[in-house]
Amino acid sequence: MSIHRKITDSLARNRVEFVTTVPCKQLAGVIDLLTSDDRFLHVPANKEDEGMGLCAGAYMGGKRAGIIMQNTAIGVTINALVTLIQYYNIPLPMLISYRGEVGEKVACQVEMAVHTKGLLAQLGIPTYHFHRPDDAEELDGILAHCFMARKPVAILMDASFWGGAK
Amino acid sequence: MIRSDIIRSILPVIDDALVVCNIGLPSQELFLHGDRPANFYMLGTMGLASSIGLGLALAQKAPVVGIDGDGSVLTNLGTLPTIANNVASNFTLLIIDNGSYGSTGDQPTYAGQKTSLAAVARACGCNHVVECRAEDTARTLRDALDGGRMTVIVAKCDSGNVPVPVIDLDPAVIRHRFMQEVVRRNAE
Repeated sequence: MSIHRKITDSLARNRVEFVTTVPCKQLAGVIDLLTSDDRFLHVPANKEDEGMGLCAGAYMGGKRAGIIMQNTAIGVTINALVTLIQYYNIPLPMLISYRGEVGEKVACQVEMAVHTKGLLAQLGIPTYHFHRPDDAEELDGILAHCFMARKPVAILMDASFWGGAK
Repeated sequence: MIRSDIIRSILPVIDDALVVCNIGLPSQELFLHGDRPANFYMLGTMGLASSIGLGLALAQKAPVVGIDGDGSVLTNLGTLPTIANNVASNFTLLIIDNGSYGSTGDQPTYAGQKTSLAAVARACGCNHVVECRAEDTARTLRDALDGGRMTVIVAKCDSGNVPVPVIDLDPAVIRHRFMQEVVRRNAE
């Protein structure tokens, strides 16, 4: 089974029905699957903080929601994370393409990668780093934990995770 | 008429709707004049009222009114293409356009100058966009809710504020009682 399919199956098993995305090259396979999978309502967002607003609304409407985005989005979304998602105790799994790690070809991506974990730690957001393809097995538990705790969680998926999963 | 007058004028119209209200004075005015569990007050996060409203409308059946401002829509202008391309027939976005950032001291917005938010919404693909005068807002909103199709209303009004107290509800309480109301209305 492809790594993309493992991710969408885990989301579905955990009753995530509403997914918003802002694309990244590493996420193309997951986004393709989501779009054609009628277990999900996929609403592409123009910017990640907008996506977090959509997710907050969907959650309050009774649908578990998640966002799929690149780690550069952490810079865009700090206010939405703190004053909406955390302040109102809204659960939000963030499946994050961790660009700028070993294997990266675009130097500028490293500039955000070096800040990613520090920013998430500063925000008190539980953070999980998927480095090997088998790490995807942990996703079920992480999603259950997220909705139990009503907090945002970050799942950072680096180039080795995606590259080793072909 | 100023925004506060519009908010008071629409209270009888929004009874059957879930309301997501913009940060700052709009939420404080709605709280003061018509607090109820079916109101979701934004205490922070400028710009996301329309996004929260759309997500809510797409996730459940009850009618949803997003009360937004011109400044907040300009902050999150990407919301209009998303609204246009993900049609929720139970969603009405009411943009109260006073041409200023009211909660921060009435600094002018571009919507009060050369930029027409109604024209922007149409260009983004929103099919039903109505611009109205302040005094026609309640009637226009009632028509939109009765019409059962997604509508963007731009209500033009004067800038200006009246003193209102801050909202003293805990955010988790606002969210919790709102979600209980969502469940109740969807069970009806």
